[in-house]
Amino acid sequence: MALDVQGLARGYGQRWALAGLNLRMKPGNSLLVGGSNGAGKTTMLRMIATTLRPTAGTLRIFGLDPSTELLAARRHIGLLSHRTHLYDDLTALETLDVAARLGGWSNHLDHLQGLLERVGLAGRGRDVVRGFSAGMRKRLSFARLLLQEPDLVLIDEPYGQLDPAGFEFVDELVAQLRDEGRTLVIATHLVERLAPILRSGLVLHGGQMKWVGPAAEVPKALMEALAE
Amino acid sequence: MNVTRQILGVLRKDMLLDWRGQRRAVSVFLFGTITLLLFSFAVGPDSEALARHASGYLWLALVLSSTLALGESLRVELEDDALEGLSLLPVDPRALFYGKALANVLFLAMLSLLLVPLGMVLYGVHIEGSVFDLGLLLLLGIAGLAGPGTLYSAMTARARGRDAMLPLLLYPLVIPVVLASVKGTQLVFTGDPMNQMGGWLQLSAAFDIVYWSLCGVLFGKVIDS
Repeated sequence: MALDVQGLARGYGQRWALAGLNLRMKPGNSLLVGGSNGAGKTTMLRMIATTLRPTAGTLRIFGLDPSTELLAARRHIGLLSHRTHLYDDLTALETLDVAARLGGWSNHLDHLQGLLERVGLAGRGRDVVRGFSAGMRKRLSFARLLLQEPDLVLIDEPYGQLDPAGFEFVDELVAQLRDEGRTLVIATHLVERLAPILRSGLVLHGGQMKWVGPAAEVPKALMEALAE
Repeated sequence: MNVTRQILGVLRKDMLLDWRGQRRAVSVFLFGTITLLLFSFAVGPDSEALARHASGYLWLALVLSSTLALGESLRVELEDDALEGLSLLPVDPRALFYGKALANVLFLAMLSLLLVPLGMVLYGVHIEGSVFDLGLLLLLGIAGLAGPGTLYSAMTARARGRDAMLPLLLYPLVIPVVLASVKGTQLVFTGDPMNQMGGWLQLSAAFDIVYWSLCGVLFGKVIDS
């Protein structure tokens, strides 16, 4: 299994941000996660990404238990969250170079420039991130995600801060990642856009799993969950 | 993945950020300079008293400036939650600590290279002992501040009132190193007829070894929580 989640939960004081999450994904599967604000989407992604410790439950990533094999598990994971995790004072190329050096990936200049080209930042490699628009920052963090070549790709709100051209870019990129056989878990409010691209679907509501089924039916299931 | 390579990667990244954020370096240097001047004004025109306590004033200025610098070095990591981005990479947490701590040592060493000569001119002291001993004292003293300072700045980075929390946690812990550094520096300025320098250097080195070993182990738990 690429992802094996059993009874995963995270509480804050008396409140459960997410409870009783059970999920099993084979390698190459893709999951669209829908839910309103506060449904537990970000909590779920952060726990799977191992940046948020679960209050209860077990998690295995490609058979690895992050509580005992954290670094090995993280080698499989790529997370793109609300935050872009960028340093304002580094250039786009330096940003990728730092990640490549630390993660042990190729930091060959042509490779890094190729990644920037792939996300629509060709020619901006020597520019400092501080001068980038929110959309460009998002594209740069997509480039860093691609650099990692993760087996398990976790994306929280991929369309945030992007313009309509950026929306098309995300659609194409997600389809490419799916076709490359990567396991995808993507949470978004814009479920209609990704429903035709991804395979499976999950709706969260109030920190609980409300519905599981094909991705194409997520928009309808989400509307029903919100209407309750 | 080689931990040494990761340490060098973090060090390189922090040095790049320090170089690009030169305004931060200038503000820390100006803060240190003003602190040195304040001690001078507080003591008044008594040049003998100034010279007698010069090593203490110098180290107080270094300690206060380093607190500012250490807090800033973690603030950069939190601007866009970059630290979380780093911890998402398959990087050994010890590499994150030692890379950042070494970068802080280099930054503070540069600061001391500017502040110490300035302080010596302001307080009218000269080197009677060995320049090598002074360099070693500065290096060991700065390492004693940077090691626990890096850990505590990570620990307090997201805390309310972090600007007060960092010195509250750091200062009691570094008293032995500061004491050894002040006493050793005094011997450099006044001469060392009793050969006491070795003892102060050893005390500083011993605390540095303890600090850097423990902090390296604890840093992973701090950023994980």
